[in-house]
Amino acid sequence: MPGPKSAILRRIAPQLVILAIALLLNVLIFPDFFHIDFRNGRLFGNLIDVLNRGAPVALLCIGMTLVIATRGIDLSVGTVMAVAGAVAASMVVEGHGWGTALLAALLAGGMCGLWNGVLVAVLRIQPIVATLVLMVAGRGIAQLITEGRILTFMNEGLIHLGAGTVLGMPTPILIWVTLGAVAITLVRRTALGMLIEAIGINERSSRLAGINSRVLLICVYLVSGLCAALAGVIVAADIKGADANNAGLWLELDAILAVVIGGNSLLGGRFSILASLLGAMIIQSINSVILLSGLPPEFNLVIKALLILAILVIQSPRIGYLLYMLRAAGPQPQPRPGTADTLPKRKKEAAR
Amino acid sequence: MTLKATLLASVLVLSPGALLAADMTIGFSQIGSESGWRAAETTVTRQEAESRGIELKFADAQQKQENQIKAIRGFIAQGVDAILLAPVVATGWDEVLEEAKDAEIPVVLLDRTVDAPEDLYLTAVTSDLVHEGRVAGEWLAEEMAGEDCRIVELQGTTGSSPAIDRKKGFEEGIAGQDNLEIVRSQTGDFTRAQGKVVMESFLKAEGGDTICALYAHNDDMAVGAIQAIKEAGLKPGEDIKIVAIDAVPDAHLAIANGEMNATIELTPNMAGPALDALEAYLANGTEPAKWIQTESKLYTAADDNQAVYEEKKNLGY
Repeated sequence: MPGPKSAILRRIAPQLVILAIALLLNVLIFPDFFHIDFRNGRLFGNLIDVLNRGAPVALLCIGMTLVIATRGIDLSVGTVMAVAGAVAASMVVEGHGWGTALLAALLAGGMCGLWNGVLVAVLRIQPIVATLVLMVAGRGIAQLITEGRILTFMNEGLIHLGAGTVLGMPTPILIWVTLGAVAITLVRRTALGMLIEAIGINERSSRLAGINSRVLLICVYLVSGLCAALAGVIVAADIKGADANNAGLWLELDAILAVVIGGNSLLGGRFSILASLLGAMIIQSINSVILLSGLPPEFNLVIKALLILAILVIQSPRIGYLLYMLRAAGPQPQPRPGTADTLPKRKKEAAR
Repeated sequence: MTLKATLLASVLVLSPGALLAADMTIGFSQIGSESGWRAAETTVTRQEAESRGIELKFADAQQKQENQIKAIRGFIAQGVDAILLAPVVATGWDEVLEEAKDAEIPVVLLDRTVDAPEDLYLTAVTSDLVHEGRVAGEWLAEEMAGEDCRIVELQGTTGSSPAIDRKKGFEEGIAGQDNLEIVRSQTGDFTRAQGKVVMESFLKAEGGDTICALYAHNDDMAVGAIQAIKEAGLKPGEDIKIVAIDAVPDAHLAIANGEMNATIELTPNMAGPALDALEAYLANGTEPAKWIQTESKLYTAADDNQAVYEEKKNLGY
């Protein structure tokens, strides 16, 4: 009997392989990629950069995974980042402490999430439309708060959240890893994850089975808003200023992409936050390839598109089936434990 | 807004005294609030109009051409003396400019030009983006005075005209200097965040101590890059020379603090030269040149940047 550990490993195996390939590409371009040294009181190296720069998308994809698991989508996370960053910056500029500013930003993000949740769960508006409202309007709200300029601040505590280090490790890394671990524990050690999956698979029957889907749906969007707020504060703290026009711009798409690369279905149901986080790191590794390659910037989007296309094609069910058939048709490996039991096992997993 | 305009119009009609008091009324169709610079341009335009006793009718188009066309038609209907237009796109202006011409209202383009026959507008007041880049390149060439220098470049948004022209200008500025070499060039999308991220990768890919200068297509990216340089344990402004374009308040502050070396001003005062030309034209029909180039002033540590910062910080950047 394979334990839960090996089941998790099997679930994230494709993401691990892709991440390894992406990192290998980095090493091919830049042999010193894995070199990390200690400079100016902080760990300094490309690998640290990948973990650090991937923080906003990693945070976003925690909430996004849960939303997508309920068969929803949250397009507003990028603008919620801008709003939260603007709120935090304006609070410290007015002389409040960083703690108050962080709380205010989280409150703003929470309210945005609540708004989305109510539109989706109570008014029954389709998630893509419901969250589009805030995606468009939110940036305007952020611009109102910052009065259209980059609101700079010098509050050391707030800056520490984005640009500081704890024992040499950049704070954003610690934040996303901790939050990711908490989220995974919470959804997998309790029934919460299963309930969310139930809503995504069939909301009506899950409600008939006694799940309070309305409250859960609102909570899921709330969590997404909170994650986005935290990401927004980190991004603002990183540049010591809230840039309402650009903060979080198009990051909702990266977050959705991370969830998809993580092998989660946009049709809801089974999800893995861990795989989504790996997806976020894969995206950041690809960004790193582009930056280190030294090619003219005209190639950036083409390279990114090609690499992501390759990843998605490899993950597509058709190709998976083809590989499976090839393996089945090829020279028979002597005992065939792999192929023969994969299917029943998968089914068992799906039933869990 | 319409109600307000109608009320205003009726007040003007009912009191001919008020009409005579403001000797010139000008309509200004602004793109919207897309950046701090544009906000500053709006502020300066208002100030310029006020100091000349001109009544300025302001219309914010919220980044939409149809709003600008509507605003211009409104200005024509109100019978303004002249129109200032900061066009959001280059094409599609012929018809409305024709209408303004038929109404004998001169139109002056601010900071961007349009693809329309030249006789449809009085003049265009813009900066020369290539020239800005050239000033930056020439400053660096002079600063290094023959010493070897490996330069990294933070480009603007790929494919945008400021990015293309400022790159071209800088390359012209350092042309013929064999000691200067651009070793890495990547886009930072004109934002602080991306400027910082890309600079981080430059510092690792090239090794921080081998980079001698940074050229950024705008100040925001340079400000982001300064933070990346500091985090890598280097001194911006000393270990790595930094030159950028725009001269936003934060760049003046960085130069005052010795963290940046030079910035080239993209002046928000496009209205000054435009109103000069308009006043001359309306007074005695002096036709200005079809293109008025604004000054691209170079600011270095030799200037009193703290004072310029104090002056600029309230313009809305």
